[in-house]
Amino acid sequence: MGERCAVIGVGQTHHQAKRLDVSIAGLVREAAERALADAALDWDDIDAVVIGKAPDMFEGVMMPEIYLADALGAVGKPMLRVHTAGSVGGSTAIVAAGLVEAGIHERVLTVAFEKQSESDAMWALTVPVPFNAPLVAGAGGYFAPLIRAYMHRSGAPDHIGLLVALKDRANALRNPYAHLHDPDLTLESARESPMLWDPLRYVETCPSSDGACAMVLAGERGAAGTRAHPPAWVHGLAWRSEPTMFAGRDQVNPRAGRDCAADVYAQAGVSDPRADLDCAEVYVPFSWYEPMWLENLGFCAEGEGWQLTEKGATAFDGDIPWNPSGGVLSSNPIGASGMLRFAEVALQVRGAAGEHQVDGVRLALGHAYGGGSQFFSMWVVGAEKP
Amino acid sequence: MRDVAVVAFAQSSAPAEQRRNDVEILMPVVQDAVERSGLGHDEIGFTCSGSNDYLVGGPFSFVGALDAVGAWPPIRESHVEMDAAWALYEAWVQIQKGVVDSALVYGFGKTSMSDLAKLMTLQLDPYYLVPLWPDADTLAALQARAYLDATGRTERDLAAVAARSRTAAAANPNAVVTEAVTVDDVLSEAVTAPPLRRSECAPITDGAAAVVLAAEDVARSVCTRPAWISALDHRTDTHALGARDLTRATSAAIAAEAAGVGSGPVDVAELHASYAHEELLLRDALGLREDTDVNPSGGALGANPVMATGLIRIGEAARRVHDGDASRVVAHATQGPCLQQNLVCVMESGGR
Repeated sequence: MGERCAVIGVGQTHHQAKRLDVSIAGLVREAAERALADAALDWDDIDAVVIGKAPDMFEGVMMPEIYLADALGAVGKPMLRVHTAGSVGGSTAIVAAGLVEAGIHERVLTVAFEKQSESDAMWALTVPVPFNAPLVAGAGGYFAPLIRAYMHRSGAPDHIGLLVALKDRANALRNPYAHLHDPDLTLESARESPMLWDPLRYVETCPSSDGACAMVLAGERGAAGTRAHPPAWVHGLAWRSEPTMFAGRDQVNPRAGRDCAADVYAQAGVSDPRADLDCAEVYVPFSWYEPMWLENLGFCAEGEGWQLTEKGATAFDGDIPWNPSGGVLSSNPIGASGMLRFAEVALQVRGAAGEHQVDGVRLALGHAYGGGSQFFSMWVVGAEKP
Repeated sequence: MRDVAVVAFAQSSAPAEQRRNDVEILMPVVQDAVERSGLGHDEIGFTCSGSNDYLVGGPFSFVGALDAVGAWPPIRESHVEMDAAWALYEAWVQIQKGVVDSALVYGFGKTSMSDLAKLMTLQLDPYYLVPLWPDADTLAALQARAYLDATGRTERDLAAVAARSRTAAAANPNAVVTEAVTVDDVLSEAVTAPPLRRSECAPITDGAAAVVLAAEDVARSVCTRPAWISALDHRTDTHALGARDLTRATSAAIAAEAAGVGSGPVDVAELHASYAHEELLLRDALGLREDTDVNPSGGALGANPVMATGLIRIGEAARRVHDGDASRVVAHATQGPCLQQNLVCVMESGGR
């Protein structure tokens, strides 16, 4: 690898169920302008734009980057559009970082968004596709049986999912950009939350959000200069994909996730993620995915993830805080949810996370996954240049 | 920069494909490209594809396509919702990073399942343009008319492009167009979207294409005459058609300039022109001279599996280098209304 890549600007929108005050262009522009302001740069300083989002049917606009070229300041410049399902926010950042690391561009703007209120994601995920047997399950219906399988395997008690939801929603109270702010949520009220896809209750499910996230990535020259916050340096990035289904595939603890984690840890010199990392933003759209990914990502042995959650290890004041921003459970503009994970850890190592800043973060993991737990993208960012 | 080459190219045989689904179309093409590359499936460092959910009629068109690749053990993989020529660009960037030495790139499109021209309307500005429902043929006709009016070119010039392309396509076993036509044949057709006639518009096509890229010694070891990518650049124009000079392909010209197309003779150019006038605009934008052989494959007017059409241009141009028929070639890909976004790839027989 030639160039080192840094995050020098981060921006995001206030995530809401319906951003009726802005168009799709207005939404991405809002995040991009905040990232540029954070980087103390202007549109002219950007060499290329990389945009990502989940399926186009989530808004009903085919290849929307074509229409967004103007709002993204891409006219006359190279523009790429990434789509890798739920992992796309992370993959988009990896593609953008690649342009810097390969020495092709000095400063790249990367943006991810979803404006779920424009269409209906549940419909888009269940529409019968020609030549395929329709699943008609939506995301929750798809993942609930895998969660059941995890509970069966690990012997985890039933309330672990609720603990994750309580923790992430409490963290969201520290994050002004988060979609859900519910200071009255308690374990008792969470237990009364309606059952959506057994064992997942309403409160254990991510919301449908309109939102966008943007980052300015730069090489060593582009990162030079004085800004309000120092850069976050990319110490490693990795992606892995595997097929949706075949006999013998472990969908609860997928190999693509384990391989991806091993790759990114090797690049970043991480041998014991729980000890070596200071916090993590991990794609947890349904509560139980915290203990499941704790195991998949090697933060503990298989079968023990739920114990870390129960003991509070992943809480804001735990030894390895997970999702101090409130995570996907508190804001879910789908295509942007992965980039928000990547961006939030950049904020943490820059000391720029505001009220949800975890003390002394030097090295942190951002994670995203998508499809049938089959697409993974991860990066490790650090305060020091590697 | 690392020296990276196209070492293998495969495409579907368009006329046979209509009864298959996209994965069935893709699977033998991927197999063919990998076999031609001389690399084992497990030696491919990175995989990247281009496809379009709206063509498939559902979300995640690329997920099923992974079954054509056989992504096990898990692979390094990504996808662009763009013509697969941009997937090739992404793969080229990953090889430039130095982490991998080879990549598989593929694209597929099954356009027979929809009314393509109408479907493409959905990629326009959803607030101001889509409600007017201008379809792709209508917008192309608008550009064609503007181009003829501004340049003094005639409908006969458009017919000449169509006749030459379709005659070349008739000799290409992978094209859907199987009959050669003359200029007068084309001019005798009814006008479908004035001034464009049926033969001046790309045919509905189901198909797929795959390319294998390799770097430096890997390329030299698996390919006798690698098509070395000496430059690769892509740019976009504004989406606002009213703000563009439709008589020029401005972003194609910027990309061609950045790629140094004009810095040497071009033996063969494969241009992604889905309408006859687009070839004329692109010849201007790329600064091609009269002695360049343009679209000897028949181009998009011979076969247009949308999302693979641009990648096929790269593959067809590279093939001329592989075969020893050309030493410097140019391939072009486009997407968006009226040539909004353009990619230019220059390939040469000698390493830099």
